[in-house]
Amino acid sequence: MSDLKATFILFSKVKKSVNSNISKVALPLDAERINHMPAGQQDKSSFGQIERQVVLPFGKSFEIAFKSIRVRFVRSMITTLSLVLAVAFLCYTNVTIDVVNGLLATGNADVRHQIIRSGYDVQPTEKQVENTPKQRWIVFLSLLVCVVGIVNAQLMSVTERFREIGTMKCLGALDRFILRLFLLEAGMQGLVGAGLGALLGALFAITSGVVQYGIPAITSLVWGTILGSMGLATGVGCFLSLAGVLYPAMMAARMQPVEAMRVEE
Amino acid sequence: MKVDSSIVRVSQVTKTFQLGKIEVQALKGVDLEIASGKYISIMGPSGSGKSTLFNMIGGLDKPTSGKVFIDEVDIAQLDAYELAWLRCRKIGYIFQTFNIIQVMTALENVTLPMIFAGVPNESAVEKGLELMNLVGLGDRFNHKPFELSGGQQQRVAIARALANDPAIILADEPTGNLDLTTGEEIISLLKRLSAERGVTIISATHDFKMLNVSDQVIWIRDGRIDKIEDREELSISIGTIGTR
Repeated sequence: MSDLKATFILFSKVKKSVNSNISKVALPLDAERINHMPAGQQDKSSFGQIERQVVLPFGKSFEIAFKSIRVRFVRSMITTLSLVLAVAFLCYTNVTIDVVNGLLATGNADVRHQIIRSGYDVQPTEKQVENTPKQRWIVFLSLLVCVVGIVNAQLMSVTERFREIGTMKCLGALDRFILRLFLLEAGMQGLVGAGLGALLGALFAITSGVVQYGIPAITSLVWGTILGSMGLATGVGCFLSLAGVLYPAMMAARMQPVEAMRVEE
Repeated sequence: MKVDSSIVRVSQVTKTFQLGKIEVQALKGVDLEIASGKYISIMGPSGSGKSTLFNMIGGLDKPTSGKVFIDEVDIAQLDAYELAWLRCRKIGYIFQTFNIIQVMTALENVTLPMIFAGVPNESAVEKGLELMNLVGLGDRFNHKPFELSGGQQQRVAIARALANDPAIILADEPTGNLDLTTGEEIISLLKRLSAERGVTIISATHDFKMLNVSDQVIWIRDGRIDKIEDREELSISIGTIGTR
């Protein structure tokens, strides 16, 4: 029986094994390799135990994803720019409300009049304001446009990198490695972009609060809620970035390696 | 020709492509056995089914009918994991367009298959440097692909193909994008490595420079094997090759 056949029979035995913890199996081809390693390298505890499948360690996927972003820096910046703006807008509206609520909580009657004059509809007994439906709609639309932009940019990126993806598959990458790489890339871009956007939005909201209502706007800030709004905006931005890359990444993962092979003559 | 240890066996393989309403039969029944350790060239004009056959052997495509055995294992029966394992450990690929990953340095390209195979980082880097020295690029391991010439990129590709000590190397027009001298260098490098390591090299090519180094030449025409010539039978004389 050939070595290869023996290996694949071992694979199917592992698949059928009741104890699914047995994912490490000694391969006849590799036992020889271990035997020829210098004594210092032979790890006695893992002797004869090698992953039955191809692997991509998490740290390594991080490294590859990060490098991919760094190499295509300008393009990544442009993709994240729309995310930054949309998240900044979301954060801005939320933090503005937080600022106004903070001011209302001081109980100062002058401030209250100021707030009503600047357009907020506050009942005499109420202590809080909220975003109007119209504002919510505008924020929602801006986030939607942003997602569409991300999907488009990621689709372009996949089409551009078909040869790279096909090559990695020829080297033995599983579909889910490719998926993982794309998700990590988008996750990193999303985190940085949304974080930056949240920061900008919050700063802008606080500044405009100070401009409109003076110093009390800062002194009456409830930092807990502000940080909460920023966190929410970052989370939303991250989620959108991942949602936008999902379809293109699945397309990339399903790509056949043969596409990398031939230059069309 | 019956051989005892055939590393690749193609049996009654046909392949039909559906292009809209038109059916194109790229392979019309191919039978082939390739012995291990040899340097094989598959030659044929454009459209002869050479690349289709090549893709079959390399596990990149499935035949419409017939079977392809690599080391007596029918590759059509393998699932995605086993196929990935095969590509990672058993087969090395070399392409006409080099297909080096542009965002990684030369060394990272060479160590990538070893990472997929689960080799720890230090040993992977050590082996990668060894391989780069073998192909003559020991001092350029930290360069990015765009800083390397075509011939050098192809050498990196050869080093990468050897990363996991494969049994078979599939070279698809390795000298297609290279000039005469560089092409010759690459061919002699491949021949030397094949002799030293006992790797079976199967290359699909237009290039007649390959004929010198091949142990066996398979001529394919019109989806069928035209003839198979062993080294002794090849008679190369300048000016008459074109008439084959």
